[in-house]
Amino acid sequence: MVTELINRATRRIPTWSVYVIGLLPIPWLIYMAQTGGLGREPIKGLEHELGELALQLLIAGLCITPLRRYAGLNLIRFRRTLGVLAYSYVSLHLLVWLVLDIGVLSQIGTDILKRPYITIGMAGFVVLTPLAFTSNNWSVRHLGPKWRKLHKLTYLATLLGGLHYVMLAKGLQLEPLLYMSAILMLLALRIRRSPRNQAA
Amino acid sequence: MAMRWKNTLKESEATPESAYLNRRQLMAGAAGMGLIGLPGIARAETLDPHPWEDITEYNNYYEFGTRKEDPAKNAHMLTTAQWSVKIDGLVERPGNYAFEDIMAKMTVEDRLYRFRCVEAWSMVIPWNGFELRDLLELAGVQSAAKYVAFETALRSDEMPGVAYPVLDWPYVEGLRLDEAVHPLTIMATGIYGKDIPNQNGAPLRLVIPWKYGFKSIKSVVRISLTDREPPTSWNKANAHEYGFYSNVNPEVDHRRWSQASERVIGGGLFSAKQPTQMFNGYGEEVASLYKGMDLAVHY
Repeated sequence: MVTELINRATRRIPTWSVYVIGLLPIPWLIYMAQTGGLGREPIKGLEHELGELALQLLIAGLCITPLRRYAGLNLIRFRRTLGVLAYSYVSLHLLVWLVLDIGVLSQIGTDILKRPYITIGMAGFVVLTPLAFTSNNWSVRHLGPKWRKLHKLTYLATLLGGLHYVMLAKGLQLEPLLYMSAILMLLALRIRRSPRNQAA
Repeated sequence: MAMRWKNTLKESEATPESAYLNRRQLMAGAAGMGLIGLPGIARAETLDPHPWEDITEYNNYYEFGTRKEDPAKNAHMLTTAQWSVKIDGLVERPGNYAFEDIMAKMTVEDRLYRFRCVEAWSMVIPWNGFELRDLLELAGVQSAAKYVAFETALRSDEMPGVAYPVLDWPYVEGLRLDEAVHPLTIMATGIYGKDIPNQNGAPLRLVIPWKYGFKSIKSVVRISLTDREPPTSWNKANAHEYGFYSNVNPEVDHRRWSQASERVIGGGLFSAKQPTQMFNGYGEEVASLYKGMDLAVHY
């Protein structure tokens, strides 16, 4: 009953409005960074906020299918939106790291190769890139069944993102572990459903 | 420059500006005078102390939470009244030393030190404190002692962060005896002439300016003299990344980030990193302590 109401209500929401709302944190974060709202190390603050938002959006994207399966909630229209938004935040997160945090070109390369948590974060970005560029109707039509297969890489990318977060935290911190357990649970839901697709 | 702290402290509490300026030039180089006997002024460099807010609102004190703003938010719960430090192990006069009794016998000085965190950020902090050496003399170090072990207070009802095992509580740290009695090594009891705030390690904490910040253990309740290298918290948690010595060293990277440069707190969104100095700039005073040691091995 409630789910039907929600389904009916969300059907009227245009996806562009989700993009608009989803991008609102960007000007807000920049404003906060400039005015001290992100703490005394605003570069780190901005970097972390963007990364965390990206991870949250990826996790939200992973929730869509189980919500439909187990709760009858149909939000599939917003899955692409969440994915594209997540990619935007991953890109900004990477950009802040490249330009504001490190800044030295030679060190960027060394860091990516030498530091496993950065290697894994970069791998996540690389995996997401073809997904972001095929998130349009034209690609869905032209790739056919291959599109679905390709987009299963979301699982891998989210897992890499979660791992990246766990690895960069100093000591055994709670927050990254919570994110990681959410990701693992959402992925486990899929494994049980279709064991043949485990590899994807 | 000087205006910064004048603005943040009440007039009555602030160190007179002129006194501070003089001392600042002196202290930057004076630290090593006792050892080398050079006039400190010869190496004078301008160190700009960070504002009170930077020092007291951007902290790592995981017993109060892992976010930098957590300690400032939560550390008010810590009661520092009736504080005492247990000094035991290889000492002549073991026992519980009341904080007031310690303070009555110590000479508190101003020490303007660079502070370099292992996370590659840094500040300049005007500490007030006394040399650890004097406190150890109070207890009388036995000749068999080679190391000094330290322990932070552990109070689950006053420290919300310890509910979760980020580290193996209580926080412990250690120094070799020669590092501990070095004139640069102090027990800090104040900042900017005010009592040290809880989030910075009230009522007394260690400060070793040539080592990464986490060696400078906070809210000390126990000091033990031992003949064996004592365990240290971060080394127990992750020995690959946090060695016993943890000297600031731009050539030896932390596994997950470079230590070659550091970000000075307070620089804003577009601040560049600055190169990190060997021993955090105190090499002239302390490099001799590590003669013959491979600092990539003993990191």
